[in-house]
Amino acid sequence: MTQANIDYGSRQAVGLVAGREISTRMRSKAFRVFTGLMMALMIIGVLIVKLISGMSSGPDATIGVTAQTAGLAAPVTATAKGIGENIATRQVASEADGNKQITDGKLDALLVGTGSDVQVVVKKELDRKLQTVFDSFAGQQALNNQIHKLGGDPGQVATQVGQAKATVKPLEPPYPYDVAQLVLGAAAGVLIYLVMMMNAQAIAQGVVEEKQSRVVELLLATVKPWQMLFGKILGIGALGLAQMVLIGAAAVIPAALTGLLPSVGAAAGTVVWLVVWFVLGFLAYALVFAGLGALVSRQEDIGQVISLPLMLLIAGYVVGISVLPSNPGSRFVEILSIIPTFSPTLMPMRIGMGGVPVWEIVLALVLLVAFIPGLLWLSARIYRNAIVRTGTKVRFRDALRAA
Amino acid sequence: MGEPALEIDHLTKRYGDVVALDGMTFDVRAGELFGFVGSNGAGKTTTMRIALGVLAADGGEVRWAGSPITAQNRRHVGYMPEERGLYPKMKVGEQLVYLTRLHGWSASAAHKAVDEWLERLGVASRREDNVESLSLGNQQRVQLAAALLHDPQILVLDEPFSGLDPVAVEVMSEVLVEKCRAGVPVVFSSHQLDLVERLCDRVGIVRSGSMVACGPVDELRAGGRTRLSVDAPGARDGWTDGMPSVTVLERAGTRTIVELAEGADDQQVLQAALATGPVREFARHRPSLTELFRNVVTENQGANR
Repeated sequence: MTQANIDYGSRQAVGLVAGREISTRMRSKAFRVFTGLMMALMIIGVLIVKLISGMSSGPDATIGVTAQTAGLAAPVTATAKGIGENIATRQVASEADGNKQITDGKLDALLVGTGSDVQVVVKKELDRKLQTVFDSFAGQQALNNQIHKLGGDPGQVATQVGQAKATVKPLEPPYPYDVAQLVLGAAAGVLIYLVMMMNAQAIAQGVVEEKQSRVVELLLATVKPWQMLFGKILGIGALGLAQMVLIGAAAVIPAALTGLLPSVGAAAGTVVWLVVWFVLGFLAYALVFAGLGALVSRQEDIGQVISLPLMLLIAGYVVGISVLPSNPGSRFVEILSIIPTFSPTLMPMRIGMGGVPVWEIVLALVLLVAFIPGLLWLSARIYRNAIVRTGTKVRFRDALRAA
Repeated sequence: MGEPALEIDHLTKRYGDVVALDGMTFDVRAGELFGFVGSNGAGKTTTMRIALGVLAADGGEVRWAGSPITAQNRRHVGYMPEERGLYPKMKVGEQLVYLTRLHGWSASAAHKAVDEWLERLGVASRREDNVESLSLGNQQRVQLAAALLHDPQILVLDEPFSGLDPVAVEVMSEVLVEKCRAGVPVVFSSHQLDLVERLCDRVGIVRSGSMVACGPVDELRAGGRTRLSVDAPGARDGWTDGMPSVTVLERAGTRTIVELAEGADDQQVLQAALATGPVREFARHRPSLTELFRNVVTENQGANR
């Protein structure tokens, strides 16, 4: 007479639990707002980068030349280029006209005089970089005059000086880090860190919510503790992955459309690696957070039990984001990124930036994967022992020992 | 071998140095309402949690229909934990459908059952509300629905009457009797002994983790020494002094309650009473479950410590 199919297996049990997590979380305002906000930030970020890079493609400064100094235009531009300044020159009708243009801000500087020496008119003071350009140019002029006086050919000297270079023999060939790739790696790090952080904490909160409301006792009368635990991690993890992919897409797609991506291949690779590291890293951290969450009976007490793993998660990220962009080859970060507690945030960051030897990636993956069965055993044991013991916080040792 | 019964056989459980269960044994037969009484901490909740598989026992066994109960069997149990619990931020209907599906029901069958029970328990209008927004009484009704929705073959209810208003108590009693008539073994714990006395076929009294008295209420009440209640207005203190087998337990106004030793003749007491003057009442005094409970609990405490 009963309509129940009580022989349903673990798959359905885990599926039901995961399904509830997903439908509840999708309706959570915090989750939706966070995801939407992150996506918006990514799109805005890409547009800002595009805007800035668009502006800097023009000349750094515009120099006016008079009829007398027009001959200096080409050598000044060449000197500027030699020291990394991109300047444009424009001939003005007269010195008076040039002065007016400077006052109006249309010109940054005006070369005046007869052309034998370097005289510059500016509005108030000369920009530091332009100062270097003109000083260097003046020095060049003086040198040329001297060479001329001694009967040499300034052109020939310049060519020879230009060709003379020190020979560098690197013992370890450096990886040519590209600014765009550094940005890609850092963005990947921020993304995986934020999504892992948010969802791992949601695991702990979910476990405590069930313990605090005592509903867990009703649930455990029908499903086994490990099925509860796994269903919860699966449900929240799947949504976390979807969240990360959505936010990632909000960054990659506009970047690809505006031509900002260093290479589509590098971006795609980074995304694939992000998924791999998220799945493994989230599983590891979620197991820890779920087990520890089961120790306490009130949401207010979560902080104190998860503080240690939370610090490890934060530490990996903070070290990565503060060291890697300026020093992507850092030995310290290289070592940290192989240790399982830090690899989920550091490795995808490094992979995004490029130049990571394959063996390091494989080693980090193997270590993390090897870490997980132990965490699974520990977490399931603590969860099973502590989840129905309400009241004061269950001590870690007691939860481990009790049968 | 007859209808399936739930058997609790010599369960033991310790929490560190504290003995929670010490050979707890009883059975609940098909179609029987079994009342489980005892002071707080006597082991009622622990027994029920072990029966449901929420806790593991250190020793002993729980059997259903003659064989050890399995995780599969347990999905047939309707359970109401002492600590009520539902997801506070989940809608009533959705939550009940989820819980019913955990018992192995299909989504459509679960929806139908939820509609029926919400209607029956008078909370159909709160289907779309979050549980936390319901009054305590309505939360209890939803909790009861959670225990009954999946058409359980066994009912284990921990303090099902606590926190209920009188109307809900009636609804709950009806439901329990109805389930029991349908052949379901029902075991519930309660501190409301009058309710237990009224509803239950059999009662088990627990103390310090083991069963100290178990049987039909009438049998328990009839057990022990004979007590008489005598209302004789002319009787003075010491009117029973001539009868060594009679002990006076209580004198209140014109009424005396006496206890007879094994084999004593109650007619002799009546004659002694008549000798003092008129006798308005002469009756066997049967202790209420409350008195019985008090006796059982205090008796053993005296013996042990």
